[in-house]
Amino acid sequence: MTEFISAKYNYWIYIFLMMVGFYAAIAKRNLVKKVIGLNIFQTAVFLFYISIAKVKGGTEPIWMEGNPVYTNPLPHVLILTAIVVAVSTTAVALAIIILIMKQFGTVEEDKILKLLEPHD
Amino acid sequence: MMEHLPIVMIVLPLLSAVVTPVAGRIHRVLSWYIVVIVTALCFAGSLSLLSTVLETGRISYWLGGWEPPWGIEYLIDYLNAFVLCLVAFIAFIVAVYAKKSVELEIDEARLPLFYGVYLLFVTGLMGIVITGDIFNLYVFLEIASLAGYALIAIAKRREAAMASFNYLVMGTIGATFVLLGIGHLYMVTGSLNMADLAQRLPALYGSKVVQTAFAFFAVGLSIKIALFPLHNWLPNSYTYAPSAVSAIMAATATKVGAYAFIRVMFTVFHAEFLITGIHLNHLLLFFAALAILMGSILAVAQTDIKKMLAYSSIGQIGYIILGISLMNLTGIQGSLLHIVNHALMKGTLFLAVGGIVYRLGITTIEDFKDLGRKMPVSMAAFTVGAFSMIGVPLTVGFVSKWYLAIAALEAGMWYLIIVLMLSSLLTAVYFWRVIDNMYFQPHDASKVSEGSVVVAESNPKDAPVLMLLPTIVTAVLCVFFGIFASLPLSLAEKASMILLR
Repeated sequence: MTEFISAKYNYWIYIFLMMVGFYAAIAKRNLVKKVIGLNIFQTAVFLFYISIAKVKGGTEPIWMEGNPVYTNPLPHVLILTAIVVAVSTTAVALAIIILIMKQFGTVEEDKILKLLEPHD
Repeated sequence: MMEHLPIVMIVLPLLSAVVTPVAGRIHRVLSWYIVVIVTALCFAGSLSLLSTVLETGRISYWLGGWEPPWGIEYLIDYLNAFVLCLVAFIAFIVAVYAKKSVELEIDEARLPLFYGVYLLFVTGLMGIVITGDIFNLYVFLEIASLAGYALIAIAKRREAAMASFNYLVMGTIGATFVLLGIGHLYMVTGSLNMADLAQRLPALYGSKVVQTAFAFFAVGLSIKIALFPLHNWLPNSYTYAPSAVSAIMAATATKVGAYAFIRVMFTVFHAEFLITGIHLNHLLLFFAALAILMGSILAVAQTDIKKMLAYSSIGQIGYIILGISLMNLTGIQGSLLHIVNHALMKGTLFLAVGGIVYRLGITTIEDFKDLGRKMPVSMAAFTVGAFSMIGVPLTVGFVSKWYLAIAALEAGMWYLIIVLMLSSLLTAVYFWRVIDNMYFQPHDASKVSEGSVVVAESNPKDAPVLMLLPTIVTAVLCVFFGIFASLPLSLAEKASMILLR
């Protein structure tokens, strides 16, 4: 059992981080905290990709004589793209939060919803 | 040149998206011309691709000349050729329509940026449809989504920003799930090419990793298409977005999502795996029926027309998923038809409503009294769209509902007919409320509800020609393809045969 946990500890960290981020994105009422949650959520997936790329005893994916075992470089490249996507998502999210701040004067979801309620 | 057409379809709008805001600095109207010309070229390109596919069966384009599965492949067959035509057509129609509409609904200084983001959105959607590489699909999914969030937030109403933010949180979670699904598939197969995956996966269907991957795909894409319990982001986004954006989003965004759903389920995985491996069909059927009923019921409860149309979209997504979950030829054919048909009818409805918003700035159904006399052409188009949604014969809505009903009977699930009938009845109820107000209620000038952003004209005319023409075109197509249904039918049949193999 301990081996089950320790041998694949990077996967456990990824699952833990992902759940932390997921919780923050869903449950936090502050919009900036939600974005931070989303960031953690996406970063956890990066860790997952980097983990699956690792080959036991593998070196850097550079051609070297006599050592054919190397780490798979493709997931790293994929994750570079995903990092760009995550950064753009954060940028768009923060831009929208600035817009919300201008229009409502707050970034607390509860207060915004109260402001949006129809008042007769 | 012609053999590079698949990549030109993506690169052209992508580069123009950068040029558009710059051109807008020289003169504002230039950016609109660019969008119209680019989307028209894309539509022409998609038609040319469709005709090539009809002749040769499929087009495989290797990016940079790298042979798949190592390089990225753009693969066009019957299925995506016809979805591509739909997306390009709607993008063109809405681009023509947008000029007048967004001038009123968006700050003037932001217009060139709006057109730039619009092209990015179209790029993303066409990329999702055209690509044969699953990671590429994720990237385009995010391009389309990020552009979509911006298009909603750009509206003047302050609710729009909040709606856009909620969409962003939900959309990002959905897309990240898709990314995880791709990671799990890559983990066991070492491939990202869809056709290659389809060959490698059957040997691994017992693997827990593959099943996990499928679960991530299913949930992630369900968020993107707003399948019922995951629909929360949709109503507010469609309601508070500018009219042109509501129209293109309702007509293409969820449809392209549904296309991606079908692609992943039937091309990457096999129908056999879905039925015998994980018994997905029953689960999906349940959610589809739930979406159809709840979408229609919630639509009946709405007083705002755009919100009503948005909830009705949730119900219609249910129809598309229903056809998929039956997993037979007729069902998938019905689903594919409904993707096109629903895009046409929801497009018509949102475009017609956009005309009302332009002239009167009202979206409350109660205020629509006497509109049939004031804006006869827009309202005629709206009525055609509404009849089609109900499923009146000679309209497109009837054709796809008919196929879905037959598919349900073929699968031996007669009780689905009751669901279909009930939802058609509910659809009739909520559209009749609008039509009744438009044509049969005398106008009461003292009761116009407040909250309209746009200044209302005291004596309205029909919408401007630039807005009216696209509305008429989609409305006419709603009837045309309802009467001459053989072209979309044969395409849908060929596509569903590829999918079921």
